[in-house]
Amino acid sequence: MSTTTQEVGFVSPKTGARWIPVIGLEVHCQLKTWTKLFCGCRNEFGAPPNSLTCPVCTAQPGALPVLNREALDLALRTAIALGAEVAPRSKFDRKNYFYCDLPKGYQISQYDQPYCKGGGITLASGKRVRLTRIHLEEDAGKAIHDRGTTTLVDLNRAGVPLIESVSEADMQSSQEAGEYLDALKELLQYVGASDCDMEKGSLRCDVNISVHPPDEPWRTKVELKNLNSFKNVQAAIEFEIRRQVEAYESGDAAQRPVQETRLFDAVAGVTRSMRRKEDAHDYRYFPEPDLPPITIASEMLERQRALLPELPAARRERYQKSFGLSAYDAGVLTADRALADFFETVVRLSSKPKEAANLITNQLLRNLKDPELPASSIDELPFRAHDIAVLIQLIESGAISGQAGGKVLRAMFQTGQSPKDLVASLGLEQVNDSAALEGWCREALVGKDKIIADVKAGKTKAVGALVGPVMKASKGSANPQVVQEILLRLISEGP
Amino acid sequence: MSRALPIQDACAQAAAFRRGESSAEQNVRDAFDRIDALDGSLNAFAVLERERALALAAAIDRDRANGIAAGALAGVPVALKANMCWEGVEAHCGSRILAGYRPPYTATFVRRLLDAGAIPLGMTNMDEFAMGSSGENSAFGIARNPWDKSRTPGGSSSGSAAAVASGMVALALGSDTGGSVRQPAAFCGIAGFKPTYGRVSRYGLIAFGSSLDQVSPFARSVRDIELAMHVISGVDSFDSTTAQLPPLEADPSDADLKGLRIGLPREYFPNGLSDSVRAVLEAAKQKLAALGAELVEVSLPHTPYAIPTYYVVATAEASSNLARYDGIRYGKRVEGDGTLQGMFAATRAAGFGAEVQRRILLGTYVLSSGYYDAWYNRALRVRRLLRQDFDLAFEKVDLIVGPTTPTPAFRIGEKTSDPVAMYLSDVMTAPTSLAGLPGISIPCGFVEESGASLPLGMQIIGPALGDTRVLRAARVFEAATDHHARRPDLKPLEHARA
Repeated sequence: MSTTTQEVGFVSPKTGARWIPVIGLEVHCQLKTWTKLFCGCRNEFGAPPNSLTCPVCTAQPGALPVLNREALDLALRTAIALGAEVAPRSKFDRKNYFYCDLPKGYQISQYDQPYCKGGGITLASGKRVRLTRIHLEEDAGKAIHDRGTTTLVDLNRAGVPLIESVSEADMQSSQEAGEYLDALKELLQYVGASDCDMEKGSLRCDVNISVHPPDEPWRTKVELKNLNSFKNVQAAIEFEIRRQVEAYESGDAAQRPVQETRLFDAVAGVTRSMRRKEDAHDYRYFPEPDLPPITIASEMLERQRALLPELPAARRERYQKSFGLSAYDAGVLTADRALADFFETVVRLSSKPKEAANLITNQLLRNLKDPELPASSIDELPFRAHDIAVLIQLIESGAISGQAGGKVLRAMFQTGQSPKDLVASLGLEQVNDSAALEGWCREALVGKDKIIADVKAGKTKAVGALVGPVMKASKGSANPQVVQEILLRLISEGP
Repeated sequence: MSRALPIQDACAQAAAFRRGESSAEQNVRDAFDRIDALDGSLNAFAVLERERALALAAAIDRDRANGIAAGALAGVPVALKANMCWEGVEAHCGSRILAGYRPPYTATFVRRLLDAGAIPLGMTNMDEFAMGSSGENSAFGIARNPWDKSRTPGGSSSGSAAAVASGMVALALGSDTGGSVRQPAAFCGIAGFKPTYGRVSRYGLIAFGSSLDQVSPFARSVRDIELAMHVISGVDSFDSTTAQLPPLEADPSDADLKGLRIGLPREYFPNGLSDSVRAVLEAAKQKLAALGAELVEVSLPHTPYAIPTYYVVATAEASSNLARYDGIRYGKRVEGDGTLQGMFAATRAAGFGAEVQRRILLGTYVLSSGYYDAWYNRALRVRRLLRQDFDLAFEKVDLIVGPTTPTPAFRIGEKTSDPVAMYLSDVMTAPTSLAGLPGISIPCGFVEESGASLPLGMQIIGPALGDTRVLRAARVFEAATDHHARRPDLKPLEHARA
């Protein structure tokens, strides 16, 4: 898996030359606070347009911002989780520009003194992607342009707290960018800072990208915007690497990449120039006079540190060490904090970590992905971790077969009933009664002389072919282990 | 008319109401009578809220009849400046762009006035967005000085000053950014107090220069100022820049000024002062000394840089504060060429007056990439030096005293063609604003100018949060003089009630 230095980069299909992409990401995440960053309006997605607004977030004359402490707490927790350095003193600035979704005509952001610097994320490959900074700012409203000549403005989003994480240009491929985004998202979800749901716009990502030949200095970077899924981020990066390499290799000076902002067109799969550097806004940043500087006392930081959950990397290691899980299973279980918490509750109640991991990573997750079932996330499960522990108990004690366990689980998704009730109502109790089993087994042996001969000749595995029909006859309620034993006994006893 | 004039001060009105000697409704009717009689020629009020005021008055009278304790300003009619938010009442800020704008919420200081039983009668005329020193930048007509109607009442809180000086109301609120209350108070012969920055909440004051703006009361007596300050000041959870302090309490000792060291800044007594102004100031100094104060000459060496610094800081903040007037959510909209940017440009070109446009351009320029360090950043450094001037002076003295303005009220039209000459009328008030310090202007004498007797103001400046000290000294000086008791000779209009 490990990439050697020779493999790094992009090989031009035309010339065979190797190019090194240089990629940095700017990620905006909405913080999951109860209220907006500077007013008391609810921070909520999907409410009727302009229903979550007040004099402050609609920029009525004379209204003033007041910092939401919860947002600062979540921002601090994120900084700690990313191993970043929190500034004891930072400030807000105004970023001035005109747009219909920006009520004040400026965004309150942080310019030259962000609350947080440094930190980083270690990718699965072991590669470290450093963070330059994280800052706290407010979101703008939403302009809706799809109503003919009229543009509608919804200010529900105006003033929702955001943190913008700016990475160093440490990534060299779309795959690394994808891994970085996955890890960042996982961490933000873990610390409870953000939902990171790109569809709802609670996570947004811009890319800075350039390419250069090995052992040469970095070249002009291009900014990519309008990337509304992780898939699009990767697709845009791949397109842009090819575009820039082709442009340089064409030798045509007019085609050389210039410093500009390009928009990704997901349908066409291409990036298109939006504005050149010369047209860049002059945001006229200056210190926000309506808000005093932010001072972070060390006790504040310690309080947030204490509230931090065990982070994914630490959890993965513990699952492998204490529970003996594979790296893969540990990874799957910790990818979502709610799932990992659920798993650990099941383990606590059942004392069967491996069995719990198998059931959850195989069957439970498959059912979650099934569009015919109502639950699509752990939070929506119609049953509790306790029910899964009981189900494991039923399987492990031999009361039901593993196969029947799968049916019970699916029925739990559908009905929310307890596994014991479902085993009874579905008639899935494993039949260990030898009289009934023996009857089914004798029927299965009729006319199977070849198999009987093979078994007698010592190929005991051949009996496996007869277990299926018996299971079928028992409608799945037979214990396959016992069935096999009976079949072998009957064959050895002879007709 | 005899019934409506002369007006009592707010303390006396509140006391009479509490004693049951007057009704809020009668107070309000009397005030509207005075306004009807006088405002045709003074143009102090831009918006009158008769029904609302009478309804408030009726409720306050009812409360008293029901034995509910009266608030500190119960039954007292007051005036608000047109840049103050009172839910549902037009706050046009003297600007076409906000004509007809009715805020959906009430400012903290207006809420506090209402809770204390004060009755706002309406909104007063002002320079557009508080940018001006004469009231001439109002889009809704020019307010006039009650002492000489050919002269300006000063600005930008022109209407509030004229309303108090003419006796329409005893108490009015203005806002002071670089002198917009102290200068008109001086021009109109009344008291105007700019508190320490952060002493009064700005929530609901339509912003001009956020780091300078401060709600500031006008009255004809210092004790009225103290009463108003007690009502409106104090920490507000809706304004993060308010000082974490309870409402201001007056210092009741009023015998004399013994033990006080008063600094007279050399820079506030320049050679350019006229002989008559100089004579008034000399008499005021002697009065302060007679009251027991020790007068000490001090220096505030960076004073000459205050006006340029002020016009960089205030315009920078204004360029950003006024960006919200884009025609999208409220106020005037002009569609322009049909594009979004075209609509912004057309709306703002039609909605803002010349002075506001000039200051937005200036403020945009000083914040622009490439100019920021030379202008905005340098202004912030000079602002620190100005603050340091005061810090050093206050190591030696308790208060600083000087003229509020170098001249009495100038004529309407006199300075409109020369913005810089207009800006210089803030030369003695802007430094205090930049330093965030409390300052009061009180009448200290009169000068005769072409047949008119014009009041002159004395400014008393205190260290940060030294508001109580400033007000006590002003009250002691006022008690020992009679300048504040002089009234302009106003001929009411004929339709006034007999």
